[in-house]
Amino acid sequence: MMKRVYVTGLSCISAQPTFGAGLDTEWRFQPECNVLETIHPVYKSFLPAAALRRMSKVIRMGVTSANAALADAGVSMPDAIIIGTGMGCGEDSDKFLEAIVANGEEMLTPTAFIQSTHNTVGAQVAVGIGCKGYNLTYVNGAVSFESALLDAQMTIAEGNAHTILTGGIDELTKHSADLFRHSGLIKLGGDYTEVLHSKSGGTVFGEGAAFAVLSDSPGKSPYAEVADVWMTAVLQPQAVAGAVSDFLTANGLTPADIDAVVLGIDGDVQYDGYYSQTATDLFAETPQVYYKHLCGEFNTAQAFGFWAACHMLHTNEIPPVMVINHLPQRELNHILLYNQYNGIDHSLILLKACRNTP
Amino acid sequence: MEDLKLELKKNIITVLNLEDLKPEDIDDNAPIFGDGLGLDSIDALELIVMFSKEYGIKLTDPKEGKKIFISINTMADYITAHRTV
Repeated sequence: MMKRVYVTGLSCISAQPTFGAGLDTEWRFQPECNVLETIHPVYKSFLPAAALRRMSKVIRMGVTSANAALADAGVSMPDAIIIGTGMGCGEDSDKFLEAIVANGEEMLTPTAFIQSTHNTVGAQVAVGIGCKGYNLTYVNGAVSFESALLDAQMTIAEGNAHTILTGGIDELTKHSADLFRHSGLIKLGGDYTEVLHSKSGGTVFGEGAAFAVLSDSPGKSPYAEVADVWMTAVLQPQAVAGAVSDFLTANGLTPADIDAVVLGIDGDVQYDGYYSQTATDLFAETPQVYYKHLCGEFNTAQAFGFWAACHMLHTNEIPPVMVINHLPQRELNHILLYNQYNGIDHSLILLKACRNTP
Repeated sequence: MEDLKLELKKNIITVLNLEDLKPEDIDDNAPIFGDGLGLDSIDALELIVMFSKEYGIKLTDPKEGKKIFISINTMADYITAHRTV
């Protein structure tokens, strides 16, 4: 028999004051920015000074957020660490590659090389707590977090681990931001917070590190239960409704059973039709939620959506700042998250409330 | 010599990301490894690269580094005697 998988710890560092907070935080809007500024905790309070000085931004965010999620769950040693990142350690990669060019492939320093690999955060977390368990980092575009989540969920469900630290991390470097602007991925004008009424292509970018501790035991106050995760690389807009229906049917549900649908709308008119069509076809009478106006777009932005949805199920509240269609809120028992990026990397996550568990 | 020591301290702070330190916080005679600045073997590699890049000094013998990377004074003395740029 498959075990149930509970979310027992959460943490998030983002463009919002989410670290050490829930959804009752003071949301911050940056209407003039096409790259949202991250609100960083004071890392000196959480990381040893000797280690901190070698850590780039994404490593600081990742290790601090991971440790906070473990602390939130009361877990000192998870059985495994499974992380997703789309871009990895960009800052150190840029630094190392720039040194190769600048120094004619000579005199390359070790630190940037060591920390330029995509699995650095997972490794640093493991080294920090002495975890010798299964340690894997998924680098799978905009379903990197979902890939990690699916692995973690299946590993626990099949009885191969009791607790797993999972999460999504991505940083935006100056070099990456410049490239994204040139290629039209980042918006170049307009009110960037108007994600729902955007008339232009591209998105507002962000970065972040959201972590969760999954467990086969609900503990004292689990946030939610991870019921199912599904993803596919390619999906035509007209096929989304069928894919969502099939996913829900496989879980014994219909669209009417979903109490809130969390959509990854990011203000790119070229691809937001995926969400509007899904919302119209299946969830016209369902409270609809969005979040990327708060955290920006990045490959693992869905980890922010996951963090938010878990808090919604825990508190039975949808923060007004995330509401799309202003329908009367129901009791939140099932939340479905749907995300895609640039028309590819589609994912569905089904979460269940466990407010009355155990 | 004093200018070289100041430049050396600034280079060390930059190369090793010692963001909480200012040049005046580093004692010329204090050990930079172990109890002093608390540097380690990865930092030693960074310092070897810095010596090559900034002063044209190529250190190939690890034993040699132990005698050079003792303090700011020993490093400045070695640079003065061996620099090529």
